Amino acid sequence: MTVANPAKPAVRPPLVKPDRTVLLVLFFIVTSVLLLVSHETDIMRNLGPLGDVLRNKVVEALVVSLFLANVLFAYLWKAANWAKLLVGIGSLLFVLPLAGQADTSLLDLSIQIMIFAALALGLNIVVGLAGLLDLGYVAFFAVGAYTWSIFASPRFGEVLKYYGENPGSTGSGTLATGLVLTAVTAGSMVYIRGLHARTAPNRLSNLSFLLAGFGLFAGIMLVGRSIMVLFSGSAEALANGINPGFFWLFLALSVMTAALVGVLIGLPVLKLKGDYLAIITLGLGEVIRVLANNLDLYTAGSQGITPIGSASVPWFNSLAGALGFRPEQHYLLFLYVLVLIVIAVILLVNVRLDKSRIGRAWIAIRDDEIAAQAMGVPLMQTKLIAFATGASFAGVMGMIFAAKQTFISPESFNLLQSITVLSMVVLGGMGSFSGVILGAAVVTLLNLRILPGLGEASANVSWIPQEVNPANFNRFIFGSILVAMMLLRPEGLLPNKRVARELHHDQDQEDESAQGNASGLNAGGDVYSAGLATTKEDDKPGGER
Amino acid sequence: MELSVLLPFIVNVIIGGLVLGFVYAIIALGYTMVYGVLQLINFAHSEVFITGAVVGFEIFRILENSAMNGYLKLLLALVAAMIVSGLLNVLIERLAYRPLRGAPRLVPLITAIGVSLILQDTLRFLEGLQGRFDLTYTLPAGFGNKFCAAEGSTCAPLGNFLRTIGVDVQLKDVILVVVALVSLSVLNYVVNRTRLGKAIRAVSQDRVTAGLMGIDSNRMISATFLIGGALGGVSGVLFGMKFGTINAYSGFDPGIIAFTAAVLGGIGSIPGAVLGGLLLGVIQNLIGVTNIFGNLLGLANLETIDASYSKIGPFIVLVLILIFKPTGLLGKSNVEKV
Amino acid sequence: MKKIATKTALSLSVLAALALGTASAQTTIKIATISPLSGGQSNLGTQIRNGVQLAVNEYAAQFKKAGFNLQLVPYDDQADPATGTAAARKIAADNQILAVVGTLNSGVAIPASAALLPSNLVMVSPANTANQVTDRGLANMNRIVARDDSQGPAGANFITDTLKAKKAYVLNDKTAYGEGLAAEVEKALKAKGVTISGSEGTEEKSDFSSIVAKIKLTKPDAIYFGGIYNQIGVFIKQLRGAGINTPVVGGDGLDSSELPVIIGKAGANNVYYTTVAAPLEALPAAKTFAASFQKTFNTPAQGFGAFGYDAAKVTLQGILDAARANGGKAPSRKQVLDTIRKGTYKGLLSGEVSFNSVGDRKAATLYVIKLTAGKAELETSLAVKPPKN
Repeated sequence: MTVANPAKPAVRPPLVKPDRTVLLVLFFIVTSVLLLVSHETDIMRNLGPLGDVLRNKVVEALVVSLFLANVLFAYLWKAANWAKLLVGIGSLLFVLPLAGQADTSLLDLSIQIMIFAALALGLNIVVGLAGLLDLGYVAFFAVGAYTWSIFASPRFGEVLKYYGENPGSTGSGTLATGLVLTAVTAGSMVYIRGLHARTAPNRLSNLSFLLAGFGLFAGIMLVGRSIMVLFSGSAEALANGINPGFFWLFLALSVMTAALVGVLIGLPVLKLKGDYLAIITLGLGEVIRVLANNLDLYTAGSQGITPIGSASVPWFNSLAGALGFRPEQHYLLFLYVLVLIVIAVILLVNVRLDKSRIGRAWIAIRDDEIAAQAMGVPLMQTKLIAFATGASFAGVMGMIFAAKQTFISPESFNLLQSITVLSMVVLGGMGSFSGVILGAAVVTLLNLRILPGLGEASANVSWIPQEVNPANFNRFIFGSILVAMMLLRPEGLLPNKRVARELHHDQDQEDESAQGNASGLNAGGDVYSAGLATTKEDDKPGGER
Repeated sequence: MELSVLLPFIVNVIIGGLVLGFVYAIIALGYTMVYGVLQLINFAHSEVFITGAVVGFEIFRILENSAMNGYLKLLLALVAAMIVSGLLNVLIERLAYRPLRGAPRLVPLITAIGVSLILQDTLRFLEGLQGRFDLTYTLPAGFGNKFCAAEGSTCAPLGNFLRTIGVDVQLKDVILVVVALVSLSVLNYVVNRTRLGKAIRAVSQDRVTAGLMGIDSNRMISATFLIGGALGGVSGVLFGMKFGTINAYSGFDPGIIAFTAAVLGGIGSIPGAVLGGLLLGVIQNLIGVTNIFGNLLGLANLETIDASYSKIGPFIVLVLILIFKPTGLLGKSNVEKV
Repeated sequence: MKKIATKTALSLSVLAALALGTASAQTTIKIATISPLSGGQSNLGTQIRNGVQLAVNEYAAQFKKAGFNLQLVPYDDQADPATGTAAARKIAADNQILAVVGTLNSGVAIPASAALLPSNLVMVSPANTANQVTDRGLANMNRIVARDDSQGPAGANFITDTLKAKKAYVLNDKTAYGEGLAAEVEKALKAKGVTISGSEGTEEKSDFSSIVAKIKLTKPDAIYFGGIYNQIGVFIKQLRGAGINTPVVGGDGLDSSELPVIIGKAGANNVYYTTVAAPLEALPAAKTFAASFQKTFNTPAQGFGAFGYDAAKVTLQGILDAARANGGKAPSRKQVLDTIRKGTYKGLLSGEVSFNSVGDRKAATLYVIKLTAGKAELETSLAVKPPKN
């Protein structure tokens, strides 16, 4: 990674980059060979001392990281398109699965990286594009995970059994009542909305809208409850969850549920600005986790749900079998391919959104809410779409996460996870798609490979006391990287072009002390400088001061 | 259930909430002051606060067997914690936040989270070197006794009265509230009656204009961090004294709730932080006993709301209040200029 | 970045040198631990790691004699299931690792053991009491601690038979461990006709005033709290501070010398817990263990340290037995897995260990320890059995 020299911020990178096709292909071949060799025990045994070095956990973690850097370089470097394609497809579709065949942990790692990449992309829309600081993002991940887990595990049978044993007065009559209530209230809500479009909303119409909302909620609850009771007869048949064929349907459902929860959470809080929003989303994220921990009937509470099924794709399994994958690797390989496809779709959606009307509206809101409103951007609607889009990415990945883990419990969805995803976004570069993916890869690699590798390698070195084993200093190292990155390269590893241009715009001004690298001494000057005006604009999305 | 049993119960729950609320209030002040001058959620404040608690632990541990007066020990612990936490906070600002002055606001926020993580592991490491993880306060004898329990002392009538109406108050609870009130009045004096306070308020209102008036905003920001950190130190010692056992990671949860309290009261507002802290302390405790009321009123749905919900109670209250009053209880509603 | 690069390079070269130096004729055998080494539960996870380390130190000579170089590789799961699973997969890929001791949280143990199963890597748990850890019937999952549904009823029996309680208050810490245990206790108490005057969970670590007020209001004869000592200790301190001397009973999460320190000498009365680890004075080996733990790690051994030590001893003895059966050559993972499941291990801190068909301890003595004025004493011992055999 080339870090821009902070001493000469005015020097811009040359516009014409050297062609690095040969270097790229060479790098690809070398790292691939290294990766494959280091995971083949038979070859390693014959390599002698070299094998020992390669087997070292730090070296191993480094090899994996270098190999993954291939994809990054293919994206960054100027090279012939065939080389880029070769490296990209070759790494992700051939070499990585092949190495994963020998070392399942590589598949696990890649899936985890891509899950986090999708989360980071989703949060990037909310934080990076729309400028809404969300500290409870992992809640949507949890919603997606639980949506699938409840149905694809013995939990579903238990829920049905419970309703079968406690039907109360629920019957088909309740279903009818519920349906009627839902229809009536939904209709009246639509009607009131239409009315609002024509006339100014008054207190009465607001109240009736709220009332209808409660009615709708009650109606849906009634419908849900009566469906549960009516289906309770099939509790036995569904003792192991629903048919795995429903996986594909639930892929869509988890997206929708998470988006819906995003809208529901967003509706009351998106009026708020900046740090108010941050602390409320943090709180609501905790609320979702605590609910998951307390609603024992549906989520099994702290005990967690297990085993969670995955899709069964016989032809894929036989294909994987033919390629020499062991049976227990089939579902991981399947999820790997699935997650690749999903992330490609998410990336596509992102790129399209970014260039669309709504994407421009997000950026407008981020840069100046009031100006955006004045230009006719509907604030609430635009923010809600950002929230829902971000949430939906998390939802689908939550489902894949649940299928990968085969076990989920509320402890996977704590505040630290939200913070980790946020740090991926900021580390990679807010608003930059490639940046946040890189951020996700770096943080996940660090967490799952490099730090454990360091810890393992130093565990049996006698002169390193156990107290200072790097494995114990996960948070310290992670925190240091965050601080160091923010101080040295606040725009992120791969900054968004627009953000970078804004930063350059600042640098072109006479006073440079407003920049991140201003030393303590002359930083006092920023108070008097005209440069602060831009600073204040940057602050705007935070709002309230 | 009889009223004679229920009334002391409710009173005790509220008193417990208020005592907790005073701790939250002082932590919240640290957040709100820093927010006032920098518009930054100082996530590291929860570790600054727990550092104070660790320093207090060390002082009490070192002085455990000395014959020194208990109140003097407490004073020493408070002063030491204030100094260490205050300087730590200034150091953090100097090294981590000042270079980022003018960067987009998420950047210092992430830095604050990073600093918070660094401090957690550092504290654990430092105590771990001595083979400790959970740090249990060794309070002077008598701090844990019932308030005014000694027969024949001047305050015995008060103690007897409290006991007849069924209120349990320990001596350390009273000390906590007194120390909290003293710190609040000192803070109030400093902020509202001194030149320094005036300058800090000026900087938090408008850094540029304050600069034009000849105020060195960087020094004022340092001063704010020093005061906020010192308050963090006080709250740390009070927290440790009240609850007895802490570890390097136990600052995070109260920190989040204290920040919520600051937002609830109207962030940047000092009386707001105190009000928010007290409210959240009481609300948290009341939610913790909702199931008893559900039981009494015969509401089965309330019965399921037990202590496990008391953690999220503050957030739900926050959502409700902010919907109706988006600037918090005592926050000023600023008209944003274009 | 540059600093990190140099640091990595430095440690790399050192490690490379070390790797070259130790590459001798001896076959290296490793065992791994998975436990939280960083974060809020790192004290418990580190106890497990240290307990295992102590056993490895003790067995190193025996392994050397048999021609093996024994090593421990500790992994940090950060108490996070996904991190734990990743660690398990990484362990599975290292062919020198023959067994795993772990984990602290059953939320990690369940997916981690599933990830280890395909490579026949055995896992011996020093801490997971949740029923479904072994109810899944995995061939590689064993545990030396009592299940929730044997420890829970034992605690309930103690409450009804010894404490003669008619009314009990059941608390838990909202983790898989505490909640699972408390649920079993509550079930057993209800079956015995005890009134449950309150049953709730709390994640709160400091302020228990609302719960204490509720206990004062409902006046139970006994309190059961499923959870870990550093939370329950704070609770008991506040309970005693409010003048309530009701007995408090807990599970093996309370087995720690820190507990009376946290409660404070004055209040550390009438506190009971059930554990499989023998009390120090009952077993000479326990005393030696405590002394050498303190000497090696400069910190007193807690319950989890003892469980980790026992789990490691089972594992290491199993590996040695498997090697013997394999003609002195390093055994395969499958052989280790089978040997450990079939073997009987004596002389542990928690008595004799042998596993049933799903990996639960066949029979164990559960000691009920009582705290009196801060001193732990053996109150009584109960024999417990898993539901299956």
